[in-house]
Amino acid sequence: SRAVESQSEGQCAPVDSLWRRYSEFELLRNYLSVTYPHIVVPPLPEKRADFVWHKLSADNMDPDFVERRRIGLENFLLRVASHPVLCQDKIFYSFLTQEGGWKEMVNETGFQLKADSRLKALNATFRVKNPDKRFTELKHYSDELQSVISHLLRVRARVADRLYGVYKVHGNYGRVFSEWSAIEKEMGDGLQSAGHHMDVYAASIDDILEEEEHYADQLKEYLFYAEALRAVCRKHELMQYDLEMAAQDLTSKKQQCEELATGTVRTFSLKGMTSKLFGQETPEQREAKIKILEEQIQEGEEQLKSKNLEGRDFVKSAWADIERFKEQKNHDLKEALISYAVMQISMCKKGIQVWTNAKECFSKM
Amino acid sequence: QDLSLPNGTPVDTSSPASSSSLLNRLQLDDDLDVETRDLFVTVDDPKKHVCTMETYITYRVTTKTTRAEFDLPEYSVRRRYQDFDWLRNKLEESQPTHLIPPLPEKFVVKGVVDRFSEEFVETRRKALDKFLKRITDHPVLSFNEHFNVFLTAKDLNAYKKQGMALLSKVGESVKYVTGGYKLRSRPLEFAAIGDYLDTFSLKLGTIDRIAQRIIKEQLEYLVELREYGPVYSTWGGLEVELSEPLEGVSACIGNCCTALEELSEDMTEEFLPVLREYILYAESMKNVLKKRDQVQAEYEAKLEAVALKKEDRPKVPTDVEKCQDRVECFNADLKADMERWQNNKRQDFRHLLMGMADKNIQYYEKVCVT
Repeated sequence: SRAVESQSEGQCAPVDSLWRRYSEFELLRNYLSVTYPHIVVPPLPEKRADFVWHKLSADNMDPDFVERRRIGLENFLLRVASHPVLCQDKIFYSFLTQEGGWKEMVNETGFQLKADSRLKALNATFRVKNPDKRFTELKHYSDELQSVISHLLRVRARVADRLYGVYKVHGNYGRVFSEWSAIEKEMGDGLQSAGHHMDVYAASIDDILEEEEHYADQLKEYLFYAEALRAVCRKHELMQYDLEMAAQDLTSKKQQCEELATGTVRTFSLKGMTSKLFGQETPEQREAKIKILEEQIQEGEEQLKSKNLEGRDFVKSAWADIERFKEQKNHDLKEALISYAVMQISMCKKGIQVWTNAKECFSKM
Repeated sequence: QDLSLPNGTPVDTSSPASSSSLLNRLQLDDDLDVETRDLFVTVDDPKKHVCTMETYITYRVTTKTTRAEFDLPEYSVRRRYQDFDWLRNKLEESQPTHLIPPLPEKFVVKGVVDRFSEEFVETRRKALDKFLKRITDHPVLSFNEHFNVFLTAKDLNAYKKQGMALLSKVGESVKYVTGGYKLRSRPLEFAAIGDYLDTFSLKLGTIDRIAQRIIKEQLEYLVELREYGPVYSTWGGLEVELSEPLEGVSACIGNCCTALEELSEDMTEEFLPVLREYILYAESMKNVLKKRDQVQAEYEAKLEAVALKKEDRPKVPTDVEKCQDRVECFNADLKADMERWQNNKRQDFRHLLMGMADKNIQYYEKVCVT
C-alpha cells in the first residue's frame, strides 16, 4: 500500500490536499457500489501490474507503474466527480476534504449491511425466471467485452515485446558499423555516422512503448468497467428474483387461506394428509390460522407492491445511467483509438526520419 | 628480355618493367564511360531440364560485342552452374595473379533449401549475372580465351574435354609450388591488405548475423501482429457505434503485416546475398595473397641459393629472374585489382545500404498511409 495525494475537485471547497492509501480508495468504491447499485460505478486501476511485456517491471514499486497507478486513481476521482449522482455524495466529498476519521465515518453508515451476499446474488442469477431482457443482453455484452479486451491486451503486450526486440537488435548495427569504419578509408565517415543513427533508432523504442502503455491503461479501464456493468445486472436479477419469490410466496399463502376457508384441498400437502389421517383440527384453530394468513397476505401484498415499484424504479434509473455510460464509452474509446493511431503514425515518422538520415550517410560513402 | 613461363606459354602482361604502363592502361579503363564499353553480357531466363540421370537448371547467357576477338556481334548460349564453376577454375589457373570474382555457393543442403524454388533460382541467377559482369569489366580477364569460349561455344563440353587433354600434356596452367618456402618479409602494403581483409570479413560476418537476427525478430513480430489485428475485428462485431473504427484498426494492422513481410523478403533476397558474396570475395583474395607470398618466398629462396653458391657469374640465372618477374607482376596485378575492387565494393555497399534504408522507409510510409 502506498500513499496517494488527493486533490479536491469541482466543489466549492477550498483547494486542499491530503494523503490517501489505495485501501481507502477501495473502501470508497465499495461504499459507492453498495449505496448506488443502479449506477455503473467507475473502476479503480489495477492493484498489481498485469498484462506486462517483459521489459516493464512487474514490480509494484517500479516508479513507472506507481506513476501510472497514480494517474489511474486521479482518473477514478475525476470520473466520480463528474457523475451527476455520485458527485453529490457526502462520503465522497469528505474523502476529498476530511483528513482524519474518514474511515470511521464510512463504517458508521453501515453500508456493509446493505451489501448483498455473493451467494445470494449467484443463486438469483441461476433461478430468476423473468429478468428484463435488456439486462440479460447487457450482461452478455459485458462478458464478451471483458473477454475481448483482455485478449487484446495480452496480444498487445506480446507485440510490444517483439517490437522491442527488433529495434534493439538494430543497435548492434551501430557498433559494427563503428568498428568497420575504423578500417575503411573513403567509406569510414559514412559508416560511422550511419551507425550513430542506428543507435538512435534502437533507443527510440523505449519512449514509444512507454507512450503505448497509456493506451493500454485506457483499455484496461473499460475492461474493469465491464465488471461494474455486470454488478448492475446482478442487482437487477437479485431484485427481480426477490420479487418473483415474494409473488410466489403470496400466491401460495392465498391458496392456503382459500383451502382452509373452503375446506377443499386443491393441491397435495403433507398437512392435509396428516389432518385427514389424524383428525381434523377444531374450527377455532382453523379460524386462527386463517386470520394469521390473512394478515400475512395483506403484508405480502403491500410488500409486493413496494418491491414492484422499487424494481421498476431501479430498472428506470439503472437504464438511464447505462445509456450515459454507453455514450461515455463510445466517446472515450473513439478518442483512445484515435490517439493510438496518432502514436503509430508518429512512430513511423520517426522511423522514416532515422532511415532517411542513414540513407544520406550511406550516399556520402 | 623475352619473358615466358617455363613451359613456353607467354605471360599475360608484356613485361614487369612495364607494370606501370599496365597500371596506366588500367587507369584508362577506369575512365571508360558506359557508352565506350564494347562488351555486354547478361544472364537470364532460367529453365529447368529433366533428364533421365538428373534434373538441373540452365541459364541463358547473352553477349553483345564489337570486339575483334569475337567472330560475331551477338551470341546466345545456355549454361548451367557447372559451366560457371568450370570457367572460374580455368580463370584461376590461367590468371593466377588476378582476383577472380566469386560464384554463389556450389553446394546447398538438400532438404533445407529447395534448389528449384523460384527464390533460390532467382538469387542464383542474379549472382551469376554479377559474376560475368565483373569479369566483363575487368581489362585483363575479359580478354581471357576461356571466357571467350564460355560466351560463344555451342558445345562447351567438347571444349572442356579438349582442354583436359591439353592439360595433361602441356600443363597449360602454371602451378605455383605450395609449401616448402618460407617468406622472409612481406611488403608492408600486402600485410596491411591481409589485415584489412581479416577484419573486413569478420565485420561482414557480424553484419550478416545481425541482419539474420533482425529478420527473425521481425518474423516473430509479424506472427504476433497477425493475431493482434483480428481481435479488433472481433471487438468491432460486439459494438455498434465503435464497430467501424475498430474494423479500421484491424485493417490497418493487416496492411502493416503485409508491408513488414515485404521488407523481410527484400532483406533476405537482396541484402544478405551481397554480404555473403563479399565474404567469399575476401576469402578468395586471401588465397591470392597467400599465393603471392609463396611466389615471393620462392624467389627469395632461389636468390639465397645463388648467393650461397658464390659463383663468379654475377648474372642471376634466368629462372630466378623469372621468379622475380613473376613476383612483381603479381604485385602489380594485385594492387591494380585491389583498387578497382575497393572502388566497386564501395559503390556496391553504398547502393546496398541505401537500398536497405529505402526499404525501411517504404515500409514506414506504407504503414503511415494506412
